[in-house]
Amino acid sequence: MNMIQVILVVIVAFFAGMEGILDQFQFHQPLVACTLIGLVTGNLEAGIILGGSLQMIALGWANIGAAVAPDVALASVASSIILVLGGQGKEGVSTAIAIAVPLAVAGLFLTMVVRTLAVPVIHMMDKAADEGNFRKVELLQIAALVMQGLRIAIPALLLLFISPEIVRGLLESMPQWVADGMAIGGGMVVAVGYAMVINMMASREVWPFFALGFVVAAISDLTLMGLGAIGVSLAVIYLNLSKMGGSNGGNQVGDPLDDILNDY
Amino acid sequence: MTEQSPKIELTKKDRLNVMWRSTFLQGSWNYERMQNGGWVYTLIPALKKLYTDEEDRKLALKRHLEFFNTHPYVAAPIVGVTLALEEERANGAPVDDVAIQGVKVGMMGPLAGVGDPVFWFTLRPMLGALGASLALSGNIVGPILFFVLWNAIRIAFLWYTQELGYRAGGEITEDLSGGLLQDITKGASILGMFVLAGLVQRWVNINFAPVISEVQLQPGAFIEWDKLAQGAKGIQEALLQYDAGLSLTSTNVTTLQQNLDSLIPGLAGLLLTFLCMWLLDRDVSPIVIIIGLFVVGVAGHAVGIF
Repeated sequence: MNMIQVILVVIVAFFAGMEGILDQFQFHQPLVACTLIGLVTGNLEAGIILGGSLQMIALGWANIGAAVAPDVALASVASSIILVLGGQGKEGVSTAIAIAVPLAVAGLFLTMVVRTLAVPVIHMMDKAADEGNFRKVELLQIAALVMQGLRIAIPALLLLFISPEIVRGLLESMPQWVADGMAIGGGMVVAVGYAMVINMMASREVWPFFALGFVVAAISDLTLMGLGAIGVSLAVIYLNLSKMGGSNGGNQVGDPLDDILNDY
Repeated sequence: MTEQSPKIELTKKDRLNVMWRSTFLQGSWNYERMQNGGWVYTLIPALKKLYTDEEDRKLALKRHLEFFNTHPYVAAPIVGVTLALEEERANGAPVDDVAIQGVKVGMMGPLAGVGDPVFWFTLRPMLGALGASLALSGNIVGPILFFVLWNAIRIAFLWYTQELGYRAGGEITEDLSGGLLQDITKGASILGMFVLAGLVQRWVNINFAPVISEVQLQPGAFIEWDKLAQGAKGIQEALLQYDAGLSLTSTNVTTLQQNLDSLIPGLAGLLLTFLCMWLLDRDVSPIVIIIGLFVVGVAGHAVGIF
């Protein structure tokens, strides 16, 4: 990797770090971060495939209550750098993910550090407010955001300093069955993210829709768009029907079905 | 507050500026007052314009450095309402600190409850899966589609709900406590559960390798490769026989996976998802489960389960 590429990767990592907290443009999501790192290092196709694979795993990662998921920004950036240094192209995707996930867990510690460091920053904002100093409040906000960017950019730079030969040697010394097993593990890890989200939304009322979705998805001709369209329709129908039931429940004569039938 | 001064109004440009700044709402997220720094940063263009007096400016900054935390996108309608209230206050209406603080606190809780299921649990898994399924084959359209769709929806949402809040002012708080929010939350849950089930069916991959049975087929039920003619003619014969339903091998191998799939395709993935849900419910950390599954994958492959 030449100097320009190193700088570009660090810039992408910086954006991923800022977005890891802002959560607006989604630069920290694997689909975007891995693709960009693949692009600037000349591994576009492998980067996109890595992004897709890691995105599937990270779909449900969100920090909800006590359940803390690995840091998705660091997972995206670290796995991309390992993939590029390893030089195996798309063959290296599953091992890159398996190595990056423990690193992403370590990233949670950095998140906590930065969020704690932000406390003195807002105390300085309080002081700036006492002076009525708008400019200073703005600069402090930007400073806090820069810390978030560095949270990913610095680890990325450290990873980039590891010689590619070492990473390559490490990956090549790995027996085939370990690499295959990691790919199999990657296929199963996807379930964790889904389980987190389902746990958040599940209720007695919406479980039947889960059953429907599962059975309908087995029809392999149906695209994701198609599934989405059926899902939206079901939600709208359900909401409308439950309202009809509510308004006609107690005080009205007859039921809605009767009214509809009488119209014919 | 002079009586005769002309009404100070926030222009569309001011409101757009505020919306752009709300992108950085979580930039100084901290354990003490969470999004407060980002909140005041968002409002600064408006406060600057509305208050020219040094003392008023100080008070405005301090007023908006109080605790604030909600979903970063649904903060937009709260920003809108706050802009309307601050505008009234700057023009002399009796809007006190308590009223402004009350609106912020009153809206941030219920709205966060909508933002999480709608954006994080439904929309992002859907768009992410859509993009990822294309990206898995190295197709650049996948990441682009995800990025463009997400940001188009996000920016449209930020702008329209901020304007909605700005126009409705304080009245919106009552509207929001009504049925609309509940409907959106429930609708998102239904859509989310439906689509997630589909994602579980398609993308949780487990392949059990163990062979359940191996049956020697009767002669005539499989293609006898050594009896085929040479060259292209043999290939044609083989294809014709295959088309007629003959097996490619002399034995019929049934794996555990095929047995499970004949019940319903994707059953193994579904059971694994339920296992993960059960573990999460028992406060097992997702990180432990993720690393555990990698270990199970490698170990299981080594002994021939997968």
